[in-house]
Amino acid sequence: MNKLILGRYFPGESCIHHLDPRAKLLAGFYFIFVLFLANNWQTYLLLWVFTLFVMHLSGVKFRTYLRGLRPLIWLILFTVFLQVLFTAGGEIYVDWWLVTISEFGLINGYYIFCRFVMIVFISTVVTLTTKPIDLTDGINSLLRPLALLKIPVAEVPLMLSISLRFIPTLLDETQKVMDAQRARGSEFGEGGLVRQMKTLVPVFLPLFVCSLNRAEELANVIEVRGYQANEKRSSVRQLIWQRKDTLCILLMILLTVGLILLRKEGGAH
Amino acid sequence: MVMQIIFERVTAEYELGPIRSQLVLQSVELAIKSGTFTAVIGHTGAGKSSLLKAMNGLIVPIEGKVHIGDTIIKPGKNKRSLKMLRQKVGMVFQFPESQLFAETVEKDICFGPLNFGVPLKKAKEIARTVLEQVGLEPEILSKSPFSLSGGQKRRVAIAGILAMEPDVLVLDEPGAGLDPKGKKEILSIISALHHKRGMTTVLVTHDMDDVAMYADDVMVMEKGQIVIHDKMRKVFSDLTQLELFHLDVPEARRMQMKIEKDTGVKLPKICLTVEELADALIEVGLA
Amino acid sequence: MKTPIVDVKNLFFRYDQRIESETLTNVSFSVDEGEWLAVVGHNGSGKSTLAQLLIGILEPQQGKISIAGEELNHSSKWEIRRQIGMVFQNPDNQFIGTTVQDDVAFSLENMNMSYEEMVLRVEYALKAVNMSSLRLHDPSRLSGGQKQRVAIAGILALKPDILILDEAFVMLDPMSRRGLLDTLEQLRETEKLTIISITHDMNEAAAADRVLVLKAGRIVQCGQPRDVFVNEDELEPPLSERLRRLLKERNREVPEMYMTEVEMVRWLCKSYSNV
Repeated sequence: MNKLILGRYFPGESCIHHLDPRAKLLAGFYFIFVLFLANNWQTYLLLWVFTLFVMHLSGVKFRTYLRGLRPLIWLILFTVFLQVLFTAGGEIYVDWWLVTISEFGLINGYYIFCRFVMIVFISTVVTLTTKPIDLTDGINSLLRPLALLKIPVAEVPLMLSISLRFIPTLLDETQKVMDAQRARGSEFGEGGLVRQMKTLVPVFLPLFVCSLNRAEELANVIEVRGYQANEKRSSVRQLIWQRKDTLCILLMILLTVGLILLRKEGGAH
Repeated sequence: MVMQIIFERVTAEYELGPIRSQLVLQSVELAIKSGTFTAVIGHTGAGKSSLLKAMNGLIVPIEGKVHIGDTIIKPGKNKRSLKMLRQKVGMVFQFPESQLFAETVEKDICFGPLNFGVPLKKAKEIARTVLEQVGLEPEILSKSPFSLSGGQKRRVAIAGILAMEPDVLVLDEPGAGLDPKGKKEILSIISALHHKRGMTTVLVTHDMDDVAMYADDVMVMEKGQIVIHDKMRKVFSDLTQLELFHLDVPEARRMQMKIEKDTGVKLPKICLTVEELADALIEVGLA
Repeated sequence: MKTPIVDVKNLFFRYDQRIESETLTNVSFSVDEGEWLAVVGHNGSGKSTLAQLLIGILEPQQGKISIAGEELNHSSKWEIRRQIGMVFQNPDNQFIGTTVQDDVAFSLENMNMSYEEMVLRVEYALKAVNMSSLRLHDPSRLSGGQKQRVAIAGILALKPDILILDEAFVMLDPMSRRGLLDTLEQLRETEKLTIISITHDMNEAAAADRVLVLKAGRIVQCGQPRDVFVNEDELEPPLSERLRRLLKERNREVPEMYMTEVEMVRWLCKSYSNV
């Protein structure tokens, strides 16, 4: 669980870090959409150049991105494998029993691989460069029109931000209690299922008690500091759309135009 | 039993996640003599807690070796030696009451011994003994640990560690969050046990009065390294060093420094307690 | 005569009606504007209960609490909480924001204050507690003492009249305590704050104008630190008083009254130059 890169924030000062989260979210989703315009090596080359350029701009080491890819690599290879096997056309390289590896199969497999990896890379760029709280603010702001449809979105931001605030605290606490019980001779991840479950009781029970106490104190603090449900609140975190955010969206449009121009007419195989 | 602690160029990291893994100990060299009481001081984040965890095998070094008695922890897997180590080294965490979980105080105290294969009957006997050592009545053995007061919980948690009958006791601010009286009681219990059982004791604390009161030696940590390791009195007398590492001093010593500055009179010795200060003032005729 | 800013009259409180003993019995006191009152007592003396009553988390069974002339009750508590802020014991559990700035702004957001005004208030409050440079830090990068500073800033941002500290120093190390105590003394001057600190830290109590001693839910003493520390045996007095008593025990001529650390040093200087 500790190895997952996707969904983590990496503090930095790059120009991507400074973009408005809404711009990043919109551009990220839009990228996934325009990926499907690519259908020849020129378009994929353009996308790769774009992806690598954005990754470079983020100021995060390439190695970190590769580490983020690792947990997903089997899923990706499996999909690629299916593509290779089940696409026919062009020259045939291997034809043995049920297995046929054709030219188009290989090309398609390669394309699928690229798409997957680029989606992972770009979404990693978005999450690595955006604080979770800014992401929630961004999502919240993009979802605001939903309030018109009578969907309750007003209480959500505080709920989310408090959860974000306390997740690291809770993880620390878990680590601490596990260490404390380990020091008393507990061994985690050893023995059969029943034994493993048993070793978890001395971890979960204290955590539960501690969280209850925390929740009670927190509720007091929130009340004393004047929070009342259903009252209108302002926010100290303002999302400000700047020129660079518009630039970011323009860049996406430029990418689209490039893709349409380079694209092979008549669609994919 | 001879229980010296030796660190040979120990470097360790603490993984905060895949992105930031931070070096928490940087080629630490140290030798703590068996049966001594050592205080570890330093600022938040200097690596004091990590040092304690390395003594208990909760952090395994990526370079170097940790010797506790004749057990050695080195980089890689140490499954058997870890189990031995944890039985020998009792570790009291900060706010140890947050580890209590069992239905009764007795069961909670027996948890450690049972994990190390002590028979139930023997474990229950031990529970009675250690409960008495931490100054609690045997009546509470059948109570739920969650029904106790803060100070009592703290004692039960410490009893749970003592029940493993460790030869080395490492403690991370055992008095934190208690009122002055409760804090004093906990520390004097620990000090008494240290002398009675001849344990090797390592105490992390921010309170210099505790250091002055109980420690033989002092280790100062900064940025994952041990920058000073010396006799307690010597550490508090070296003003340049204290200033260099922005260290706090015992209350009496601070007052002594104030008096010396304002009166221009140098007291004949370093005063670490009120008693010493009073004596010194009388000696030079200031009072 | 000036009306006191906090007026507590004949307060009775018990957590559970079925329990015989009261947590607070007939507690009455008042605090003047700009005064610093320390409430001391052992665990279970009812001092934290008193703090929770003062801010309306708990309601008394009998008695009356008035803040700035207005009676504290169900309908007035929201308005009154804009003038009175409380710092709790555990630094971790009162940090609501994901950054320092967010946390300081929390109360202001609840008032639906405009963004421009809020930024000014946050800046001012952080400056008052010397935390401006850490404005964008997240709580995991702060020490306990820094978190308590943020908590104080969160209250200062409201420009309140009264600050209540409920054992706010307990989880801190001595150095952070001294730093915070200095800050509080400054704030009291610059912000004209009334401070009520619930504590068992004797240095904190010694800094107050008046000390109120609670024992088993009753007020047993109330007076200036110099009087309280001389009479009260159960509380460990500050260092200067312990030194004075020791010198007296050793048959030295010392003034028959409590001295602060500064007074003690001054007295030593004087007695020395007289020799």
